[in-house]
Amino acid sequence: MDKLTVPTMAELAAKGESPEILFWVGCAGSFDERAQKITRDICKILQHVGIKFAVLGTEESCTGDPAKRAGNEFLFQMQAMSNIQVLDGYNIKKIVTGCPHCFNTLRNEYPGLGGNYEVIHHSQLIQQLIDESKLKAEGGESFKGKKITFHDPCYLGRANNVYEAPRKALEILDADLVEMKRCKSNGLCCGAGGAQMFKEPEKGKKDINIERIDEALALNPNIVASSCPFCMTMLSDGVKNYNKEQEVKVLDIAEITARANGL
Amino acid sequence: MVLQILFLIIAAAAIALFSLNVRKIIRNINLGRPLDRSDRPSERLAIMLKVAFGQSKMAKRPVAFVLHLFVYIGFVIINLEVLEIIIDGLFGTHRIFAEPLGGLYNVLIASFEVLATLVLIGVIVFFARRNIVHIKRFSGTEMGTWPRSDANIILIVEVLLMSAFLTMNAADYKLQQLGTLHYISAGSFPVSSFLVPLLPDSETALIAIERSCWWFHIIGIFAFLNYLPYSKHFHIILAFPNTYFSNLKPKGEFTNMASVSNEVKAMLDPTYTPEPVPEGGRFGAKDIGDLSWKNLMDAYTCTECGRCTSVCPANITGKLLSPRKIMMDTRDRMEEMGKNIDKHGKDHQDGKFLLDSYISREEIWACTTCNACTDACPVNIDPLSIIVELRRFAVMEESQAPASINAMFGNVENNGAPWKYAAVDRLNWVEND
Ligand code: HEM
Ligand code: HEM
Ligand code: SF4
Ligand code: SF4
Repeated sequence: MDKLTVPTMAELAAKGESPEILFWVGCAGSFDERAQKITRDICKILQHVGIKFAVLGTEESCTGDPAKRAGNEFLFQMQAMSNIQVLDGYNIKKIVTGCPHCFNTLRNEYPGLGGNYEVIHHSQLIQQLIDESKLKAEGGESFKGKKITFHDPCYLGRANNVYEAPRKALEILDADLVEMKRCKSNGLCCGAGGAQMFKEPEKGKKDINIERIDEALALNPNIVASSCPFCMTMLSDGVKNYNKEQEVKVLDIAEITARANGL
Repeated sequence: MVLQILFLIIAAAAIALFSLNVRKIIRNINLGRPLDRSDRPSERLAIMLKVAFGQSKMAKRPVAFVLHLFVYIGFVIINLEVLEIIIDGLFGTHRIFAEPLGGLYNVLIASFEVLATLVLIGVIVFFARRNIVHIKRFSGTEMGTWPRSDANIILIVEVLLMSAFLTMNAADYKLQQLGTLHYISAGSFPVSSFLVPLLPDSETALIAIERSCWWFHIIGIFAFLNYLPYSKHFHIILAFPNTYFSNLKPKGEFTNMASVSNEVKAMLDPTYTPEPVPEGGRFGAKDIGDLSWKNLMDAYTCTECGRCTSVCPANITGKLLSPRKIMMDTRDRMEEMGKNIDKHGKDHQDGKFLLDSYISREEIWACTTCNACTDACPVNIDPLSIIVELRRFAVMEESQAPASINAMFGNVENNGAPWKYAAVDRLNWVEND
């Protein structure tokens, strides 16, 4: 695989070019070390299939999602309106996000504030590429016979009814796919949403991510898959809690796809 | 004749009282803020037919679904009989439709009997699930004495109503067999005919039984009608409008507050002239009047079934938050405000508020906004939007968020990310390979 090159919008604009799609990385994807790997894998997939993309880089800012879920509508709208200025300044039409929360906010909440874009989540991009036969699972690691269970991120699943796209990426692997009892619209939250990621949980008898990982581990999977950087943190912490990091990997759909293609 | 007049008086009184109560409920719902749900009528109708009429979301729990279906279909179809009963009651006739409908009448009565039996079975099993098997869904802090008795009262009344109905038919059938005057041979009684041997043989006793069951049933029904507005059983009416006015947007989309947009636009662009905003008052919700009328209709529609709470990640892991409690608190507070208005007039303050007097901070901050509750609710209630409105009030009017949440706000505001990372480092991930 060629060296990863990630052009920014500013660079493309300076050359008078525009990308097919803007990759909205998101805060977790930019700063969280574990999520950075997912971000790079998404870029590798884009580069692999030859889609001309760009990122905003330092011009990107928080979508305002955690502020909005926590009730700070002022802060949310400040973020949204200045992001819309940046996006419109570059005349952006199409956006792929690496995070279901960015996806939901950009797709559903920005139009009402004047930001109208075609927004997809990276699992939907992968699904499209598979459907168009531009992306296969070949030339890389084999997942044959591996037991994989998919955890539905709330803001992809119930919030936006995207259940099949991430599963599509797993179906082409020839792996042993198993569902948890609480899956799809019945999926249990990982515990991070609604700004819970940024605070200690209220007192109770268990942490939500432990409740969730208990359900996943009961299936004895090799891989717990998800497609959200926050779920990634919560589920990985859950696996660590049981010292099972060696036996059970928590991987994003993009990472699995990149590995299967040797990217 | 006396009986007919008595019937008329009871009916008129029951209906008058019921409409008084309904008007109060409508007034209470209108305490809420305006919200436009008049768009896309055909889509709304389709949702109402599917979710309320078609009971589609009940099916996720097959046992409750089947039991409820007995009661629901029994109720809807049997009440087609209401017309006859009213006419019989008013004009002193007996089974007035028997002659014009002919053979069809027997089929109808027979099917009513079968349905009434199914209702009886459904209701008795419901009762056992609550009081003997103790299904977990029916417990929880918010399920205190009144909500439990409410459920049991309804169930017991329905057992009595159905039993009275079947006994009435049995007596009627026996009288028909004896050839008693006025008791024309009509109807077919697949279930109640089994009860006939249990009844006395005296004609007067039979007539007494038949008549008192009739009166018991009709008075029971009128009483039931007037019990509805105080009960979770009000859902049998509100399930329909409530699903019609469902949120049609993606569940992840929270409302953009227009009042905030104005201020933010003015801050970003000093030349901007604000548009007039309909929603006045405070940011977010502290009390009933700050919620939308749909939030309030939701509260009156709640069946207290606990499907929401049983899927709530916070509640499952032992937190105080229970979305069912959010709905029940909202209804209780709304009823309290309604009583205040009746007693002391419109602007009375009682020093209580929905937030803190009913719903605590600990509850609202435990929500992950996962939408499991809204997805599970069989009558499309949205507890999450109430939680978010309460958070908005706590944050924007009071600056009372948990400290770590305030720190997150500070980071977003200053560095454009919820953590303390510098915006200039935002592209470093490319190099970290
Ligand atoms: C119009 C006629 C209806 C009648 C006579 C009726 C009757 C009943 C009765 C007797 C109960 C009590 C069961 C218990 O508490 O154990 C109940 C509960 C319930 N009803 Fe209805 N209902 C009607 C309409 C509806 C509709 C349209 C819906 C919406 C889908 C609905 C949803 C529910 C739910 C969710 C419960 C909670 C009980 C549970 O799930 O176990 N009902 N209803
Ligand atoms: C809004 C509340 C209700 C109203 C206004 C209503 C109205 C009526 C009326 C006027 C009758 C005829 C009275 C009679 O047969 O003596 C009737 C019959 C009946 N109702 Fe309802 N009802 C209500 C609730 C229910 C409920 C909750 C059930 C049980 C699920 C039920 C089941 C029946 C049955 C089995 C009959 C007997 C039909 C017959 O007598 O042929 N009703 N209803
Ligand atoms: S949205 Fe909040 S109240 Fe509803 S189920 Fe999820 S955590 Fe519970
Ligand atoms: S809000 Fe809906 S799901 Fe929850 S108790 Fe009420 S009716 Fe049941």
